[in-house]
Amino acid sequence: MARLVGGVACSHVPAVGAAIDKGRTGEPYWAPYFAKLEPARAWIAEARPDVCIVVYNDHANAFSLEVIPTFALGLADEFPPADEGYGPRPVPIVRGHPELAWHLAESLIMDEFDLTLVNEMNVDHGLTVPLSVMFGQPAAWPTRVIPLCVNVVQYPPPTGQRCHRLGQAIRRAIDAFEGDERVVVFGTGGMSHQLQGERAGLINVDFDTRFLDGLVADPEAIAAIPHVEYLREAGSEGIELVMWLVMRGALGAGVREVYRATHVPTSNTHNGLLVLEDA
Amino acid sequence: MPETRDYDDIPGTIVFDGRRSRRGYALNKFLMSLNQPANREAFRAGEGAYLDQFALDGEQRDAVLRREWLRLIELGGNVYYTYKLAACDGMTFQDLAGEQTGMSAEGFAQMMADGGRSPEGNRRRADWEGR
Repeated sequence: MARLVGGVACSHVPAVGAAIDKGRTGEPYWAPYFAKLEPARAWIAEARPDVCIVVYNDHANAFSLEVIPTFALGLADEFPPADEGYGPRPVPIVRGHPELAWHLAESLIMDEFDLTLVNEMNVDHGLTVPLSVMFGQPAAWPTRVIPLCVNVVQYPPPTGQRCHRLGQAIRRAIDAFEGDERVVVFGTGGMSHQLQGERAGLINVDFDTRFLDGLVADPEAIAAIPHVEYLREAGSEGIELVMWLVMRGALGAGVREVYRATHVPTSNTHNGLLVLEDA
Repeated sequence: MPETRDYDDIPGTIVFDGRRSRRGYALNKFLMSLNQPANREAFRAGEGAYLDQFALDGEQRDAVLRREWLRLIELGGNVYYTYKLAACDGMTFQDLAGEQTGMSAEGFAQMMADGGRSPEGNRRRADWEGR
């Protein structure tokens, strides 16, 4: 049986990817942030996932306003890094896991999650930055990846409750998969940030801390946070945090917090990194 | 759809909902086209002629040509789409965010380095009255 070995929550700030790609991680602005990644990298090196299900949002690259799937699952053998308007990131091609992805598709849809299925898509910084955060700059990614895109760009995103329940359904599907894969689920995006309007630059460390504490200990309460509260307290782009609830749902009711790091600022964002295992 | 939303009371915040998406559809289509290197070249070679391919209205067209970043968001541009134009000009995301606030690039960068904009006094439109 496939086995969930842990969950990772991770911001996906494009400037973090650029700092890695351009060899700037040792600069004074970046060094304190990158130093905080080491325990999480050590954890995943030991966890040795065969496949990571990465929950993230596309930012006008694989999808446009022509078609806006709320949940979209990548089934392909491989996913090339996207040209987001300034050339693709110089990172390895992302290799998929079609067998588990198709199993997820069948299991989740029969479990009443009406996914969009995607056979061809590129992947942008939303997916590749978390891989860089956790794995650095290898010649090839040391894990296969199943992209699970959540629309958080066109309002309204799915509710926190729906995301949490999707995570629970993903766990049921993993547990029923007849393979010996070790699986890690990533929830990405967040924490507080606002990139648009005259209020751009909002950071709310208190909200983010409450969110992290609650995500670990009382995810049902966190899942009930209404959209307007994310928008007001965590900023218009902070609503990406609903994707962390998919990861949390995939873990059991009780979890062990393996590692937590936060850093402000990375570009415009209060950056968060959280590693959880089932208790 | 209702005329107002519970989040309309958040100051300085333009949620990309159905109202903005309908208003900005052609604008965002243009911005998305900049994902293609050949299109970026064509746009740089002649901005007006390139824009003629898209059904932008006059206000949107002017805002693109004048690089009025906050105005582009007000006219239905989504920030991730709008960033493709900013990147075409060599701007970072922090530059784009800062431009919309009326602060200088240095001032905005310093605010972020100091921990960002506090939610205190920035939650409701009433908080901004008299600014």
